[in-house]
Amino acid sequence: MPALTRTEVEEIALLARLHLEPAELERMQHELGVILEHFAALAAVPTEGVPAMTHAVPMDLRLRPDVVAPSLPVELALAGVPRRDGALIVVPSSIAPPGRSPTGGTGTKP
Amino acid sequence: MTTQFWSVADTARRIAAGEITAAQIVDAMIARIRAVDDVIGAYLAVDEDGARAAAEEVDRQRAANAPLGPLAGVPIALKDVLVTRGLATTAASRILEGWIPPYDAHVVERLRAAGAIVLGKVNCDEFAMGSSTENSAYQPTRNPWDLSRVPGGSSGGSSAAVAAGLCAASLGTDTGGSIRQPAAFCGVVGLKPTYGRVSRWGVVAFASSLDQVGPLTRSVADAALMLQAIAGFDPRDSTSLDAAVPSYADAMTGDVRGLRVGLPQEYFEAMDDEIRAALRRTVAALVERGAELVDLSLPHTAHALPAYYLVAPAEASSNLARFDGVRYGLRVEAPDLLDMYARTRGAGFGPEVKRRIMIGSYALRSGYYDAYYKKAQQVRTLIKRDFDHAFQYCDVVLTPTTPTPAFAFGAKSTPMDMYLADVFTLSCNLAGLPGISVPCGLTGEGLPIGVQLLARPLDEVTLLRVGGVIEAAVGLGDRRPPGIGGAA
Repeated sequence: MPALTRTEVEEIALLARLHLEPAELERMQHELGVILEHFAALAAVPTEGVPAMTHAVPMDLRLRPDVVAPSLPVELALAGVPRRDGALIVVPSSIAPPGRSPTGGTGTKP
Repeated sequence: MTTQFWSVADTARRIAAGEITAAQIVDAMIARIRAVDDVIGAYLAVDEDGARAAAEEVDRQRAANAPLGPLAGVPIALKDVLVTRGLATTAASRILEGWIPPYDAHVVERLRAAGAIVLGKVNCDEFAMGSSTENSAYQPTRNPWDLSRVPGGSSGGSSAAVAAGLCAASLGTDTGGSIRQPAAFCGVVGLKPTYGRVSRWGVVAFASSLDQVGPLTRSVADAALMLQAIAGFDPRDSTSLDAAVPSYADAMTGDVRGLRVGLPQEYFEAMDDEIRAALRRTVAALVERGAELVDLSLPHTAHALPAYYLVAPAEASSNLARFDGVRYGLRVEAPDLLDMYARTRGAGFGPEVKRRIMIGSYALRSGYYDAYYKKAQQVRTLIKRDFDHAFQYCDVVLTPTTPTPAFAFGAKSTPMDMYLADVFTLSCNLAGLPGISVPCGLTGEGLPIGVQLLARPLDEVTLLRVGGVIEAAVGLGDRRPPGIGGAA
């Protein structure tokens, strides 16, 4: 495990949808390397046959009845939307213009 | 009349008896916040109008001889990760600046229904990620016992506000110690309930398999009253436990005869000498009152920190995906959607949140899941088995809450240094157990020390019972933070 390359850090930032400035990428590369190195000790813990925890306390996940129930009025639900057109949320195009990285940084697409 | 350090029970009783009005309580508390909080920095927002209106309603009900709730007129502060209808909720992050939630969290509904008065929202580490409240995007919060030191975190605004008499009680959240550690640093009681005991509906999510809401108070009895008000089943939280809620006030029997207190050797290896001495006095006080000691080993303790710091960031990276500039909060405009997401999140999140999102995204990415997230969840099972085994031989596990007392601002210079501040509190969350931190003395420099108790799932009653005995035997009594008008 670790250390991380700059390219790996850029790939993770892309997956995380985080735009990081070059200085942040550099700092992150160092810090994540140190942190993940510390965590590498887990690999040595014998866990063969040990189930991965799903719930710390025994519980059955419930389903609610499939019936219409009251919900927030549209105006209230949309009150915090940064940009809207009536009851619609306005967002930019989901297709990046040719030649642009989705993060606007120097990272490569997966 | 000095009301700021009245207990929750006393405040409610005096209002019900007509000795004082809720409006007088709220006015006094707002005056104190104005006088003291410039120094402490606990509050991010004070809802003076809302608090006064709620107080008038309590006073109207009393005048009409209508039944009052158990917390009628009790002024409380809420960690700013609990959403509040019509009152800004930021999670101490720039990405949520100015967001006004359209609904109340379940616990806020419950407190309002019990008659409690919401004074405002208190500071914390951004999205509850941190151990000092230094990660707030808005302001530092100072420890009332020593203004050069942190109040702990992430619920540092809650612990500081309670310690400084800026509210009667507060609610915080605890994902890896974020109630208990700041409680220990500020000399107050912090209770993290069993996972599922209190609904998470309306809590800004950090790590959904670990988060719990709980009270920070100036006494164990107050913690019992606050827990009573918020505990119980909520169908809107799929992990809410449908289990009967006992009377927590009745837990305070003061009797620990025959109680088996487990002392896990792994928790007593590295800590400050003064904390060790305080723990010895605490244990001796329990033995004097008839408790029995059991030496224990929780052999996977050393693995709790890496397991936690993989599980929690992995869940955080998923939970925080919702903050994308589309539906609420900050948006940084960009020509295409992915660029808008990335630039919004890059501008809106602070360094620690970005770091944890990156760790989580790394651990969850294709090809790495088994080596990191799955491995951490397997280790989590081992940690829980350690506790299951231990509780065959003891009724409560006793440990220090923190390895050191409150540290100075900037003292933890690397992320790993800060993560180690949680080393004694993480296992409780990984295993879903209830835990409490109770003050058990002061250092020579006058800094509070906390003792942590852990119990079986849903056995908060035992925590409160033992915590009450410790409080009476070695607690801080009437000692208050000096220098902020709090000396008793």
